Amino acid sequence: MYDVAIIGCGIIGAAAAHALSMYSVKTVVLEKENDIALGATRANSAIIHAGFDPEPGTLMARLNVRGCELAPKICAELDVPYKNVGSLVLAFSEEDDKTIRKLYERGVKNGVPGLEIISKARVLEMEKYVSPEVTGALYAPSAGIVNPWEYALALAEVAVTNGAEIRLGSEVKQISRSGDGYIITTASGTVSAKYVINASGVNSDTLHNMVATPAFTVKPTRGDYYLMDKAECFRAKHTLFQCPSNAGKGVLISPTVHGNLLIGPNAVSCADRERVNTTADGLDFVRNAAAKTIPDINYRNSIRNFAGMRANTDKDDFIIGFAAPHFLDLAGIKSPGLTAAPAIAEEALKLLAGDGLLLEANPAAVHTRRKLRFKELTDEEKIKAISENPLYGRVICRCETITEGEIVDAIRSPIPPVSVDGIKRRAGTGMGRCQGGFCGPRVLDILARETGLSPLDILKDKNGSYVLCGETKTGGAKG
Amino acid sequence: MRYELIVIGGGPAGLAAAISTHKNGLKRIAVIERDREAGGILNQCIHNGFGLHRFKEELSGPEYAGRFIDMLRDTEIELLTDTMVLSITPGKKVVCVSPAKGYNVYEADSIILAMGCRERTRGAIGIPGDRPSGVFTAGTAQRYLNLEGYMCGQRAVILGSGDIGLIMARRLTLEGAKVLACVEVMPYSGGLSRNIAQCLNDFGIPLYLSHTVTDVRAQNGRLCGVTVCAVDEKRHPIKGTEMDFECDTLLLSVGLIPENELTREAGIEIDPRTNGARVYENMETSLPGVFACGNVCHVHDLVDYVSDESERAGKAAAEYVKHGEASGAALEIKAGSGVTYTVPQHIRPGNVEKSADVFFRVNRIMQKSAIVLCSGGAELARFRREHMAPGEMEHIMLPAALLKNAQGEITVSTEEAQA
Repeated sequence: MYDVAIIGCGIIGAAAAHALSMYSVKTVVLEKENDIALGATRANSAIIHAGFDPEPGTLMARLNVRGCELAPKICAELDVPYKNVGSLVLAFSEEDDKTIRKLYERGVKNGVPGLEIISKARVLEMEKYVSPEVTGALYAPSAGIVNPWEYALALAEVAVTNGAEIRLGSEVKQISRSGDGYIITTASGTVSAKYVINASGVNSDTLHNMVATPAFTVKPTRGDYYLMDKAECFRAKHTLFQCPSNAGKGVLISPTVHGNLLIGPNAVSCADRERVNTTADGLDFVRNAAAKTIPDINYRNSIRNFAGMRANTDKDDFIIGFAAPHFLDLAGIKSPGLTAAPAIAEEALKLLAGDGLLLEANPAAVHTRRKLRFKELTDEEKIKAISENPLYGRVICRCETITEGEIVDAIRSPIPPVSVDGIKRRAGTGMGRCQGGFCGPRVLDILARETGLSPLDILKDKNGSYVLCGETKTGGAKG
Repeated sequence: MRYELIVIGGGPAGLAAAISTHKNGLKRIAVIERDREAGGILNQCIHNGFGLHRFKEELSGPEYAGRFIDMLRDTEIELLTDTMVLSITPGKKVVCVSPAKGYNVYEADSIILAMGCRERTRGAIGIPGDRPSGVFTAGTAQRYLNLEGYMCGQRAVILGSGDIGLIMARRLTLEGAKVLACVEVMPYSGGLSRNIAQCLNDFGIPLYLSHTVTDVRAQNGRLCGVTVCAVDEKRHPIKGTEMDFECDTLLLSVGLIPENELTREAGIEIDPRTNGARVYENMETSLPGVFACGNVCHVHDLVDYVSDESERAGKAAAEYVKHGEASGAALEIKAGSGVTYTVPQHIRPGNVEKSADVFFRVNRIMQKSAIVLCSGGAELARFRREHMAPGEMEHIMLPAALLKNAQGEITVSTEEAQA
């Protein structure tokens, strides 16, 4: 019997597990995929929003601002790439000028620190590649950027180190009441828990409806992105938004913590919650819209397109509260969910404690996580690292300078990856301009070697995504 | 540690350059190779057709590389394998790491850049759709089949008619896979004519020119089909021409990009047309004493020409170390009408003994045409060609006497005979 079962291990489930792991609470996290953070968490704008967008008084407003405040400290503790780059909402018309004034006032009410309306001249001084059509901007110095999947991984890894269990491949099929707790039937077996947290993203309405009458509907919204080579990163130093409209926050251009440039997304309502394909129309829309912000982006430097699914709902706010006794919804967590995640976890703990969950400090809890990133070491540190483990001297991913030592570290991390992309998310291999063309086969080989699996059983990503389908006629594989 | 020459890359370019430098009198030479053995991409090119020009016989890739590796073994050139160069400085310090020797900084009197190229990816050409497994660059698939011994799929479509894609169409077919189509966005093939004949036509694999892949579909995480569309003159897909192919594999052979990250970081000038360093007649870059050759400089069609070019770079590096910097005013070599780039981009007539080699590619298929060299409005020379194609590298030799007549620049352009 667990104290708490968390359904879903995206950024929200991971943040909840992390927060609970600081207390002596027996927690299990149920994740349907073969790795964590495979939903909205791995495909989004990777922004820590300042908090001027949400309506004052909403959960979203409060948790966004709090999450933005918590992010730098948590990311430092967990060794998660985070940069406080600040954001600009650009105005291009008189109407936009009114909008940024409104956002400014909203932000002040929400408690966003340091907001400023700045002039055209100052915008162009801060961002010299922005279109000269710009008329001014709202500057939010507290905004930042983060590596979203590493954020989730780090939170979940610390939770596991502190005793939480993660069960992958455990899609929830059924939930039934049992005494004052629940019995959860999953694809990998049955779990009973006194409390349940529903952090299942685009499926959060389905999970809610297993224990309660329907109260909201997820309206999944897909967005396409371009990820640009580091050669394009000089074009933007801050996260550059356009004025929000009914269609959403609009297309943004932002640096990433890896030194690339991210452009997107559009917003398309989708019937299929799982399919995150890009479309020609979506990519065209993103390019055209982005041209308003920065006219001359060189799309020959695109290294990847991807799409993500946001868990929008028919409600304007996050849905945080008890759906049934001891069953807590952290549902409909759309943007700025990544930002709000640690604040949502704080909120969840408060609600669970108020509902009788005993929170006694976990005396063995660790708070920090450290990871060796070879390319960021000083010369002396590099010498020392290789002398201690020669595998740090073998560069496998040449674009991002990721060594075999870091790949092996990833394979031995608290939530071991089972796929080439799982290593990509942990070690950063294949993130660069060749997109794994050179290192993919070597990463696959190392994963097979370290896990004892046949290369034929190594996946690219989710279950079913096999890479190789057999040996060649000459059976070279045996040699 | 100080070397007279450090060669970065132990593929065909680096090997030929190092051996040539040695023949020209340098002794303290190191070749740094990131893989566990020298040979570069030739090691996975197990088909034949290499060496026809150079050795007058047909060799496989590993055999061709083997000849140079054997020559290297007969010298005191140091081959540092499993070693990755992290950076080179304008002061010609080379920073590298390896499991065996750790982190090292070597000093060099001269450097030859021979890092080769990489393949363009799906992201670079923006194919929409799902992102399943089963989408490979042709070279990655080649590595899985030929070096690792594994099949990457059973029903394939190939996008792009670059040579590696064509070679892989044949290779997959010989391994029992079904290759459904080769799809090329341009109205002509990007590969050698002999590869179209021997790798597609001989196996009945259709080539769709002026077509592209417009959608990629997944089933349970693996590729299950692609949509192919005809394109208009602006390469935009034409609605109503969609063809669906059921396949588990999509190979991309959509271009090669010289790998010049080290070059850029060292502050060496890059030509945006070649994506390689701008070079002089002796393959010297904008940084004196640093040379570039092979596919890191411009993408070649045949390895034989890589070897020739690299030998010139090697000889020049030896000259530099023995006699110092080459001097004299330089002519700019410009790509004119019908020409996409030239290598070299500069020629110093004072540094040309008999003649200077100029390589370039044309931007379309041309029959019965002429290559015309002009300087200061006057025609310097004209070379007739029966046939030119973008997939094949053109080569002309400019005699030293001709260079003396040039004024500041020489423009290389093409003229097609009137029909």
